Amino acid sequence: MKLLVCISKAPDTTSRISFTDGDKRFDESDVQFIVNPYDEWYALVRAVELVEAHGGSVTTIIVGDSTCDPIVRKALAIGATDAVRIDASPTDSSQVARLISNYALDKSYDIIFTGKETIDHNSSAVPAMIAECMDLPYVAFATSIEVEGQVSTLHCESGGGTNNVSVTGAFVLSASKGMAEQRIPNMRGIMSARTKPLAVVAPSEVTPTTEVSKFTLPPAKGDCVMVDADNAADLVRLLREEAKII
Amino acid sequence: MSVLVYIQTLEGKATKAGLEVASFANKMNAGDVTALVAGSLSGDGELGSVGVSKVLHFSESATDNSQLSKLTHAAANSVNASTILFSGNIEGSSVAPRVAIAMNSGYVAGVTCLPEGKGFTRNVYSGKATALVNVNSEVCVISITPNSFGIKLDECESAVESFSAEIGSQRVVINGFTPTSTDGSVPLPEAERVVSAGRGLKGPENWGIVEDLASALGATTACSRPVGDMGWRPHHEHVGQTGVTIRPDLYIACGISGAIQHLAGVNQSKVIVVINTDPEAPFFKAADYGIVGDVFDVLPKITEAIKEL
Ligand SMILES: Cc1cc2nc3c(=O)[nH]c(=O)nc-3n(C[C@H](O)[C@H](O)[C@H](O)COP(=O)(O)OP(=O)(O)OC[C@H]3O[C@@H](n4cnc5c(N)ncnc54)[C@H](O)[C@@H]3O)c2cc1C
Repeated sequence: MKLLVCISKAPDTTSRISFTDGDKRFDESDVQFIVNPYDEWYALVRAVELVEAHGGSVTTIIVGDSTCDPIVRKALAIGATDAVRIDASPTDSSQVARLISNYALDKSYDIIFTGKETIDHNSSAVPAMIAECMDLPYVAFATSIEVEGQVSTLHCESGGGTNNVSVTGAFVLSASKGMAEQRIPNMRGIMSARTKPLAVVAPSEVTPTTEVSKFTLPPAKGDCVMVDADNAADLVRLLREEAKII
Repeated sequence: MSVLVYIQTLEGKATKAGLEVASFANKMNAGDVTALVAGSLSGDGELGSVGVSKVLHFSESATDNSQLSKLTHAAANSVNASTILFSGNIEGSSVAPRVAIAMNSGYVAGVTCLPEGKGFTRNVYSGKATALVNVNSEVCVISITPNSFGIKLDECESAVESFSAEIGSQRVVINGFTPTSTDGSVPLPEAERVVSAGRGLKGPENWGIVEDLASALGATTACSRPVGDMGWRPHHEHVGQTGVTIRPDLYIACGISGAIQHLAGVNQSKVIVVINTDPEAPFFKAADYGIVGDVFDVLPKITEAIKEL
């Protein structure tokens, strides 16, 4: 089977968030970048497991400049076969999706994986957009996948429960928690990642349809009102009379 | 100019998320509000109560997000919509981006308040910042963060019309559905009240006091990541940066330290209450109300006090 896993560069989960350029751009200085956790822990690891079981290849694809290369190597160390980097600095999700779709259109991948969202933009938009660009079915928030021949059977989150679904032929999925366990790359993986192919390709012509005009940090939180543990019932009074929430 | 809202129904009535999206559309003051309903509908599905003047009803079966996208696209064209609104729940966020691509329009996900012109505010960096996003295309496709706007009643006459469109074939076959909760509690992303517990509870056998408080409050239960990972609680209860993001009116955190990855999923809650034995626990810095104390002692007292209300 021939699998494509879309990965994204995201600030480490403990990063301090700040902005630059008149609050129009995320300030990358002193920020440690990681593979977006949903892309890595869930999508990539499950794709690697499927290829280990059934044979085939896992290609990772990322849209970004050369600062993405370290995280691409990390994905290769986890077990991807090869990698593609579309050399562009996208500004919105439709641009990312169109660039990936334009690249993937004639490559007949069996399944295209993404994480359920990125932890920076949190839009959950790219997988559905790729599916639309390529006219493929899309299974959102998948928590498991098994493949037998042409038929894939998945569990996926849906309002208030889990759906069990099946798809025949190529499709796009976004991976959520439960899909796989996190894998720490071993020494052999890290060594072999250095020599695995990373193709840098020029972007196709795509214009974004949205732009961020300003980022804002939330106002500082007011002080926490402390309630004595011996008088816990007083909390209930405060929630009713002061916060007016119950 | 008009606004099209994509509405999910349950037993013929608009869901809470649907009524919220329709309320948002009405308060945008950007022309008539038309609702698109695929599936069961009785009367106007209560959509007249939130200012929807027309309901387009598609009565055939449509389950794939590609089918629902084609349907929305056709409905948007038929009412000449300049804005198309979805709830930012799983279904909304799997259909809306497809519509945006099909209509070559800008998409903004997870909007939390009314726009200024074509400038939409949304949360980014897991709630650690907001972004003002401008849409460059004529039509804007938008999803609204559940429980961020609320339901705003505004009674009007609502006309129901049947609607049909070519939507293509179903390609994702649904073999079955398993509900996560059998007790009828609201799913986490839509819940207005959440009682959440962490490793401080010591073991799964102690969750009775958490469930008692949740049921007294009519709240949904949640947990921290290690609690989900250790199998003390089901995965779907895990909130945080790598779990579910929630935005309830009230979040009560019991025996949770308040690690940055946990806060990322809950920091948009309107009121946060923290109960922890450690006065230095980082969660207190993000809290509105705090109790330094032992959950085993404090929770039953709170539950009692709520029952007495
Ligand atoms: C990349 C990454 C992503 C992550 N994503 C998430 C995520 O999405 N969600 C998440 O929750 N975590 C996430 N984590 C883990 C996070 O860093 C913390 O480890 C986790 O949130 C801690 O869970 P906890 O608060 O339940 O446990 P602990 O940190 O062990 O805290 C237990 C707390 O309980 C208190 N306590 C103990 N006994 C009692 C008692 N009897 N009464 C009252 N209080 C008591 C203690 O004082 C302590 O503060 C992530 C970590 C990483 C690295």
